[in-house]
Amino acid sequence: MVEIEIDGKTLQVAEGSTIIEAAHQLGTYIPHFCYHKKLSIAANCRMCLVQVEKAPKPMPACATPVTNGMKVFTHSELAVKAQKAVMEFLLINHPLDCPICDQGGECQLQDLAVGYGESASKYEEEKRVVPDKDLGPLVSTDMTRCINCTRCIRFTAEIAGFMELGQSYRGERAEVMPFIGKTVDTELSGNIIDLCPVGALTSKPFRFSARTWELSRRKSVSPHDGLGSNLIVQTKHDKVMRVLPLENEDINECWLTDKERFSYQGLNSPERLTKPMVKQGGEWKEVDWSVALDYAAHALRDVAKTHGGGAIGGLLSPHATLEEMYLAQKLLRGLGSENIDFRLRQSDFSADGKRKGAPWLGMKIADIGRLDRVLVVGSFLRKDHPLIAQRLRQSAKRGAQVSILHSADDDLLIKLAARAIAAPSQLPAILAQVVKAVCAIKGVAADTAVAGVTVSADAQAIAQSLASGSRAAVLLGNFAQQHPQATTLHALGRQLASALGGSFGFLGEAANSVGGYVAKAVSGAAGLNAAAMLKDPRQAYVVVGAEPELDCADGAQALAALAKAAAVVVLSPFRSQAMLDYAAVLLPVSPFSETSGTFVNTEGRVQSFFAATKPLGEARPAWKVLRVLGNLLEQAGFNYNSSEDVRAEALGGQPEFASGLDNGIDGVALNLASTVGGLERLADVPIHFADSLSRRAPALQLAADSVAPSARMSAALLAKLGVAAGDKVKVGAGATVTVTLAARLDAGLPDGVVRIAAAHADTAALGAMSSVLSVEKA
Amino acid sequence: MGGEAYLNLGKPNNGGTKLFSVSGHVNRPGNYEVPMGTPFAKLLEMAGGMRGGRKLKAVIPGGSSAPVLPADVMMDCTMDYDSIAKAGSMLGSGAVIVMDETVCMVKALERLSYFYFEESCGQCTPCREGSGWLYRVVHRIEHGQGRPEDLDLLNRVTDNMMGKTICALADAAAFPVRSFIKHFKSEFEYHIENKKCLVDPEVQRMGSGFFKAGAA
Ligand code: SF4
Ligand code: SF4
Ligand code: FES
Repeated sequence: MVEIEIDGKTLQVAEGSTIIEAAHQLGTYIPHFCYHKKLSIAANCRMCLVQVEKAPKPMPACATPVTNGMKVFTHSELAVKAQKAVMEFLLINHPLDCPICDQGGECQLQDLAVGYGESASKYEEEKRVVPDKDLGPLVSTDMTRCINCTRCIRFTAEIAGFMELGQSYRGERAEVMPFIGKTVDTELSGNIIDLCPVGALTSKPFRFSARTWELSRRKSVSPHDGLGSNLIVQTKHDKVMRVLPLENEDINECWLTDKERFSYQGLNSPERLTKPMVKQGGEWKEVDWSVALDYAAHALRDVAKTHGGGAIGGLLSPHATLEEMYLAQKLLRGLGSENIDFRLRQSDFSADGKRKGAPWLGMKIADIGRLDRVLVVGSFLRKDHPLIAQRLRQSAKRGAQVSILHSADDDLLIKLAARAIAAPSQLPAILAQVVKAVCAIKGVAADTAVAGVTVSADAQAIAQSLASGSRAAVLLGNFAQQHPQATTLHALGRQLASALGGSFGFLGEAANSVGGYVAKAVSGAAGLNAAAMLKDPRQAYVVVGAEPELDCADGAQALAALAKAAAVVVLSPFRSQAMLDYAAVLLPVSPFSETSGTFVNTEGRVQSFFAATKPLGEARPAWKVLRVLGNLLEQAGFNYNSSEDVRAEALGGQPEFASGLDNGIDGVALNLASTVGGLERLADVPIHFADSLSRRAPALQLAADSVAPSARMSAALLAKLGVAAGDKVKVGAGATVTVTLAARLDAGLPDGVVRIAAAHADTAALGAMSSVLSVEKA
Repeated sequence: MGGEAYLNLGKPNNGGTKLFSVSGHVNRPGNYEVPMGTPFAKLLEMAGGMRGGRKLKAVIPGGSSAPVLPADVMMDCTMDYDSIAKAGSMLGSGAVIVMDETVCMVKALERLSYFYFEESCGQCTPCREGSGWLYRVVHRIEHGQGRPEDLDLLNRVTDNMMGKTICALADAAAFPVRSFIKHFKSEFEYHIENKKCLVDPEVQRMGSGFFKAGAA
């Protein structure tokens, strides 16, 4: 610690801090533009100049390290003169037309100009004009407003991991731009809008639709991936206009993924269900709530009476709130059904009944940054968990060694220590090799089942990296959890972590991947899980928030089962053609922005939120709809007054973290088999197709990540099939189905693997995410 | 020769020799290595004296960023750090730019300011914005669009640039402007008032290297 004095106040600060950090500690504001606590120091805007005793010139507070006994004056004549000078320079070429600038009212330059600027400009020369750039569908530019602070550039290079923006030309003609002909395509690109201190980079979907002072703000929680990013939802006249990050260092820091930032557009999709509807004689009719609820209750009661409760299945979206899941399972159990599941994309349920608790991250999110060795197994990490990838990217820069075992070699923009890329069916065997190799290095006994495997060079490299550290973790991604041998991967991952003396965890796929377990929204011992209740079709289904044809491991099978059912009761914010075909009653429920609720994130943190707006049309919060259904079905214990009542019952109180989190499993037999015999499908869930809300966000659907699915293959496989990249191919699954897709080269794929995205209408007919395909030139 | 002997070639505090690159209106522009403390008059003589026998007007003694010095001040200087600093400039790189009486100081400054405007990398706000501001105002004066308040403005802008940037280029852009105005203020004032050069353009052309003496 060193002792310094700022404006006469003495304080102790950590050695190596800068003056601006010390000032923040004291609550003293130093004007700045280029400085940002999460980015490297650029010291180019010069707004933060302060006086330092004995220094002949004003010093940049953001770049000047403190020294013992240093005396800093942030408001002395010298400092203020320097700050005002810089402000004048910043403004001379600035358009100064705040009334027509989208940033007006929330502009750092505007704010600081009030304090440090003059009322009239002395610059009477011609002003600079900078051509706008096309940065893609999410970020708009007004480059004449750019003050060249380079925050956006540093963000792309340092946080997003790839320098998609840079400065061209020099001096006054310096321009911030993307690569020629390229846009800004990372899954984190929207953050540059927040970082830009002026109106140079603004939100394309939002711009010019409202002024900041017209907006009401509500805290909320992201309904997308398992991280549970904290949000500020901004509304005007009961419409969500914009979503911004709510800073939470333990979760999303100050970032949001583009999905979290722009999915709100889907809230106002023309496909929103705004009136209850029932199908009568094959015709859809809009009806009153009471009619629709009666209809639904009758249908369910009839099926339960005639066929038993087991004839009903409940498919719950993992993006549904804890309260919705809890009430849905309670309702279904009340009807005598144990067929309840939210794990829609899972295909291996053999761990059910053997788990010690709810699978979770196994650590706090913030602890990810403290790991020095990480193995990520089966994950499209950058797209599935962009902000966890971001944390690992920073760790890797600090020296942590990150390795991956997966079936695709997508660029994670993380410096990898080791990698093993193999066909999906090979993953268990390779993980077993890593376990064996680590056990050998550590001198601990390995499970007999892994003793027989031959350790490959890739597995050895991963093992060596893992074993060389002191704080290791093994993390299973979405793909590993969806894998047909997920339980084996789970068990092996645990063995590996224990041999390393490290931690083991799951990267939660959805907002409530942990919450679903906490809410008991999983099949009971006597019940059917998500896959089983579709494979073995039920008479009736209750679908909450999900679009099973896109959200399930085998969408085609789901669709067939739903189509066959006598009654499908759907609670959904959206409608789709498929839904109109299979449902008997459509109950319009609120998306996350229109209901109170709770998500339990991947670290088990219980995060509740309130509605940001009133429900659209006649939509109602799903927990209320389920409560009324419970009442109509004369079930006991459905007299909740608020979603808080439901939460309290589901959680047994109001804990900060859910209890019962445990990744332990007992008595599972490892299945290291890897014979498939044919072309294996590798199905990713593209980031903006993963849930019903993002699927309906127009700007996201235009993003680079939302390209139409194709059949991606290695060069060798393309050659073997005699097709060129761009050719159409007929992809077959099973005897009857074929889908025509464009073939694409994906150099990161192992031979024998065809990568075809799931969760998309174009590929839904192919059925199971994990399957054997036939591919031929169309 | 040994370090000590080399040091003694110069004068106290300004030891040894220095290479000067003499350019401008001299008969033999080139590089000259002379002991520190050599009178400027001697260096000028070595460079062949003033071209066409014209009168010395000003010298930038240490590269284009060094403050300009009028002829009389310069003729009293010796070529060493202390002497030049005392006179209000700096020895800098040792690039000595010699200007004779055919030079319009406004035009000369315009050229210098253009250079710095072009050279700024654009990182730092004061330099990126200030160098263009300086150039545009000087350009305006040179082209008969000057205003009486421009000289104060230029001084203020340079003041705001100096000492506030990452590298020294902002200072380098500011020094010529300040020194040209300081030492040749009347010439700038004349320009502003009369919207033309004090030095007749014909004379300027005569002085230019492109118009050899006698060829006109
Ligand atoms: S666009 Fe914005 S963030 Fe990027 S350099 Fe310009 S002012 Fe800074
Ligand atoms: S002072 Fe130096 S670093 Fe800063 S903009 Fe000027 S040339 Fe670039
Ligand atoms: S904030 Fe310090 S120079 Fe920009």
